[in-house]
Amino acid sequence: MEKRVVFKHPVLPYLLLAPQIVITLVFFIWPAMQAMKQSLMVEDAFGLSSEFVWFDNFVVLFEDPLYLESLWITAVFSVSVAALALSGALYLAVQADRVINGALVYRTLLIWPYAIAPAVAGVLWLLLFNPTLGVLPYLMRGIGLDWNHHVNGDQAMALVVIAAAWKQLPYNFLFFLAGMQAIPRSLIEAAAIDGAGPMRRFWTVVFPLLTPTTFFLLVINVVYAFFDTFGIIHAVTSGGPAGATNILVYKVFNDGFIGLDLGGSAAQSVVLMGIVITLTVIQFRYIERKVHY
Amino acid sequence: MAKVSLRSVRKSYGATKVIHGVDCEIADGEFLVVVGPSGCGKSTLLRMVAGLESITEGEIAIGERVVNALEPAERDIAMVFQNYALYPHMSVFDNMAYGLKIRRLSKDEIRRRVEEAAGILELGALLDRKPRQLSGGQRQRVAMGRAIVREPSVFLFDEPLSNLDAKLRVQMRVEIKRLQERLGITSLYVTHDQVEAMTLGHRLLVLSEGVVEQLGAPIELYEKPATRFVAGFIGSPSMNFLETKLTDDGRHVVLPGGDTLALDGAAAAANGTSPGRPVTLGIRPEHLEIVEESRASAHLTVELVEQLGADSLIHGRLGDESGPAMTVRLQGIHAPGSGESLPLLAMPAHIHLFDPESGVRV
Repeated sequence: MEKRVVFKHPVLPYLLLAPQIVITLVFFIWPAMQAMKQSLMVEDAFGLSSEFVWFDNFVVLFEDPLYLESLWITAVFSVSVAALALSGALYLAVQADRVINGALVYRTLLIWPYAIAPAVAGVLWLLLFNPTLGVLPYLMRGIGLDWNHHVNGDQAMALVVIAAAWKQLPYNFLFFLAGMQAIPRSLIEAAAIDGAGPMRRFWTVVFPLLTPTTFFLLVINVVYAFFDTFGIIHAVTSGGPAGATNILVYKVFNDGFIGLDLGGSAAQSVVLMGIVITLTVIQFRYIERKVHY
Repeated sequence: MAKVSLRSVRKSYGATKVIHGVDCEIADGEFLVVVGPSGCGKSTLLRMVAGLESITEGEIAIGERVVNALEPAERDIAMVFQNYALYPHMSVFDNMAYGLKIRRLSKDEIRRRVEEAAGILELGALLDRKPRQLSGGQRQRVAMGRAIVREPSVFLFDEPLSNLDAKLRVQMRVEIKRLQERLGITSLYVTHDQVEAMTLGHRLLVLSEGVVEQLGAPIELYEKPATRFVAGFIGSPSMNFLETKLTDDGRHVVLPGGDTLALDGAAAAANGTSPGRPVTLGIRPEHLEIVEESRASAHLTVELVEQLGADSLIHGRLGDESGPAMTVRLQGIHAPGSGESLPLLAMPAHIHLFDPESGVRV
């Protein structure tokens, strides 16, 4: 069933659309065009002139071992964030679905982290894990673990993964909870009568029925880890130590605004743009079709 | 196969009492239908037998085993849900095999059982389909199949036909009846539809607001309803009721307008001792006749006629237009005009009297 609204006046629909179109043009399309143009240019050292160099920036980029390393770091980072945020949210959603008393309180509290700005979330975790002041490193020393993310690249990665996943958790949680509550009660009861215990019911009935939700969230989470985690990285590690948490989006900023390699940075932006376009296409194509029972 | 016993079963949610003590023994192989209006607690009762609701008080036994504390899976039951509750991501075969796989039956045994059930239910060609590719009637069959393959000692049905269209419902009703007779498995069937209840059950349990109104064979409920509620609930169209009183000799009832109606021997004898008491008179539409003027005990002012083909339902008022509403069911085609006054005779043997206060049959 499609319901169509027909406007009598021919200009009115365009007027109504105009604000959104203007915003999209000014803040998305124009910068994107600029980035594409910039990615084909090289600035001189003083920023006084630029030269058109075709795809040289891209050639340099993919021959740069630091860029390839950043690509690998980004892959590790986003897979870890998505895995942690999804599994954590799923676990919490299962628990919250069972709670009868005060369910609303739990739900509300669990949603809060989503409202926190990335940089603030980063600072929060930074203080918790601060090697000299933090509570957690103190406790970890108790079990013989020496925590210092300023020195240890793996620990720095773990820290930003935790902070980023924590912030994305509420979003996933909401979707999983809604997905679970949309599963008819009688299905679970039928499975119980068929003799399936709670774990088996979850893995053979509930989880398969959540596949569309999971796939949707997976794409959203990867996009989040790729782009929206800039604030967390910037506040917690600034890409360090020694580039161990230098994910692509942070490298764009670092090379462009700190290193002032505008052309190279723009080329990186274009690559990132290509990635996000691919992910969006995947989301729209496959969510509608493939993951359906 | 087993009998099912409910002993003073009660259920309350907090302070709200839902089931007020149900006692019932379902014999081995019997088909018992629990019938009542929505919200009477019939589904709750069924879910307590299934183990999906806890039992607040009393005892439920399947066979000789008290199952109060047992998980649904340990009760050796199978249930058919109103919305079928088929696993949407599994094929028909897997839907039926799910419970068997959990019980770790051998692959061959599972295949044998599923194919046998599919044969009985004519699902053979659909085993690879997903539930969403099936029609309502087919889904219903798969739900039945899933119950059959488990070879349980008790079948539980929770309004299984209410999502089907009228024609399919009649067809599936017959199939369920046939299947139950063939398998001889003790069945407990919940419905709000009195036609389903009358046709399917060996016995009916009429439930109203958590209280058992009557338990008995369908015809017994029809002929001798124990309460006014049962009288009004069983039979379609519903029984006519008339608030009235007995005459001073206790052998007649007073009709509006002052006429009296003689009761037959049994009713008269039972009421001979309480002359003048107020009663609710009940008579089914099919037990009213249109007769010649001289035999009439009352008159019906016609308001509306419904032609059903085999029968005609004549809705009208007793006496004049201000009288109590009354429906008469006549065989064949009759078309009296609106406003016409028809001479009416109530068959004395089919007059029911109830206490107006308690609703109990007198």
